[in-house]
Formats: sequence, C-alpha cells, structure tokens
Amino acid sequence: MSQTQVQSNGMETEKPQFYLTEDHHPEGSTMLGFWLYLMSDCLIFAVLFATHGVLGRNYAAGPSPADLFDLPLVAINTAMLLFSSITYGFAMLQMERGAKAETLFWLGVTGVFGAAFLGLELYEFNHLIHEGAGPTRSAFLSSFFTLVGTHGLHVTFGIIWLITLMVQVGRYGLIPENKRRLMCLSMFWHFLDVVWIGVFSFVYLMGVLG
Amino acid sequence: MSSHGQTPHAPAHESASQAHHGHSNGHQAGHGTLRSYLIGFSLSVILTAIPFWLVMSGAIDSKLFTAFLVMGLGVIQIVVHMVYFLHMNPRSEGGWTMMALLFTLVLVGITLAGSLWVMHHLNTNMMPMSPEMMKNMP
Repeated sequence: MSQTQVQSNGMETEKPQFYLTEDHHPEGSTMLGFWLYLMSDCLIFAVLFATHGVLGRNYAAGPSPADLFDLPLVAINTAMLLFSSITYGFAMLQMERGAKAETLFWLGVTGVFGAAFLGLELYEFNHLIHEGAGPTRSAFLSSFFTLVGTHGLHVTFGIIWLITLMVQVGRYGLIPENKRRLMCLSMFWHFLDVVWIGVFSFVYLMGVLG
Repeated sequence: MSSHGQTPHAPAHESASQAHHGHSNGHQAGHGTLRSYLIGFSLSVILTAIPFWLVMSGAIDSKLFTAFLVMGLGVIQIVVHMVYFLHMNPRSEGGWTMMALLFTLVLVGITLAGSLWVMHHLNTNMMPMSPEMMKNMP
C-alpha cells in the first residue's frame, strides 16, 4: 500500500528545477520599472513643492525672495540644465548610430553642463548662508533649501551615474546592457530638467513676484 | 545523442534573439530624431525666456496675471519636455507609462491643492500675530 503511494508520488512529481525555464523577461520592462521609480520620485518633489507652497511666505521677519534671489544667475543656471538636456539627446542619437566616441563626447559635454549647474547652485547656497539667510533663518528658507537641495542632490547622483556609464561605455563599448543603462539615465536626466521647470517657475519667479 | 539534444535548442535561441532584436527595433522607433530634439529645445528656450523676461522687466502691471502666465508657461514647457525629451506617448509600453503618469498627476494634484487649501484655511483661522510677537516666540 505504502509502496504504491510512493510509486504514484514518484510518477506525479517532476524533477525539480532550480533555474528559470521561461523566456528571458522582455527588455522593455526595465524602462517601465524605471518610469515607475521616476513617478515615485515625482511624488517626493510634489510633497516638497506643497511644503514650499505652504511655508513659502513665512519669512519670520527675515529676508524675502525679492531680497535674496539673483534672477540672472537663476537664468544662467536654467540655461545650463537645458543645454545639458539637449546634449544628452545628442548622445542618445549617437548611441543609436553606434558611434562610441561621439556618444562619449556628448556625455562628457552633458557632464560639464551638469557640473556647471551644480557649481552655480552651490555658489548661490554659499552666498545665501553667508548673508545670514541659511536654512535655519525662516520657514521659507527651510523649505527652499530642502526643495532646491533635494533637486541638487539628484543632479549630483546623476553626474556620478553619468561618469560611471562613461567608464562602462569606454571599457565595454555600446553593448545592449550599456544602451539600456544609458536610456535609464536619459529618462532620469530629462526628468530632473522637468522638475527644475517647476523650481524656477514656482520658487524663484513666483517668489520674486511676491 | 548530444547533437540531438542541441538541435531543439538552437532554433529556440535563434527565435529568442530575433524577438529580442525585433523588440529593440520597436523601442528605437519611440526615440527622438535630431529634428524633434531641436524643436523641443527651441520651444523650451522660448518658454523659459518669456517668464524670466516677464518677471525681470515687470512688463505686465497685474501681478496676478503675471503669476498666471508664469505658471501656465511652466506647465506648457513641462508638456514639451515630456513629449520631445522623454518621448511620452499613449502607446509606449502598451500604455502603462501613460497610466502611471496620469495616476501620479492625480496624486500630485491632490497633494498640492489639498495642502494649499487646508493650510490656507488654517492660517486664516489662526490668532493674528504681529512680526514683533513672532520674534519673541520661543
């Protein structure tokens, strides 16, 4: 009796397999997954924008945006990020052509513009803090530094990622894996430019407008 | 025996690589061209320059109208970036990117409008406070 049971069990159970027998997952799912990450990042920025919207007028008898912000500097900063977006676009076009040297060149130009943006932003932060308008001065400045600083931190990690990928492309060429990574960074980089549109419109221009 | 084991493997591998190739081709179709990038860039430059000029020159007397224009142009520029740089369209990934974007926009709208609405009412219902009182706050 027990023997028949064992036999029937042995008949039914297949040989266990500890590896994936189905097809390799489609390449496009990485893009969708990365898009979902960007959307969750978008929510972080939305909450920071809402915080700034609520606290942006609470100056605690301190300086207001019209006293602090240097709009020509912000305009140059915006131009830097916009230029870096179009040069990343050129890098993607060269990547599709399979031209490794040109791709690396445009990625390098993108990195330089990104670094210029970051440098100007750090200069502005340094200037504000030395004027006594640091993040602890008022609720307006706390929310300003949190929002713009979070964006700057994203750009910083974007540049680190960019340099990493330049090394990867330089060493292994434009293999499918590197193309996929470059496409993810492309979405990340353009997304940061989209967030910056919100920052210069809502924080700087609306702030100076009063 | 081993050659027999290999034969069913080879076509499967080939078809997989073909499917892979076909997919990557389909993906590239969703990418921009030099022309679309340049159109997006020109539109962005114009849509950035106008709000900066409006605020820096004070061309329009009404602050409310200027603010409305600045935010309106900002929204238009975000759409331009989405279309020309992020290549958003209702067909990519079978519509899932667009669904995720719409869902996120709903959440962003609720977060922004809800926060401003609630906190505005909270502020207007607070006891009035002068800047002097504010300075002496603990």
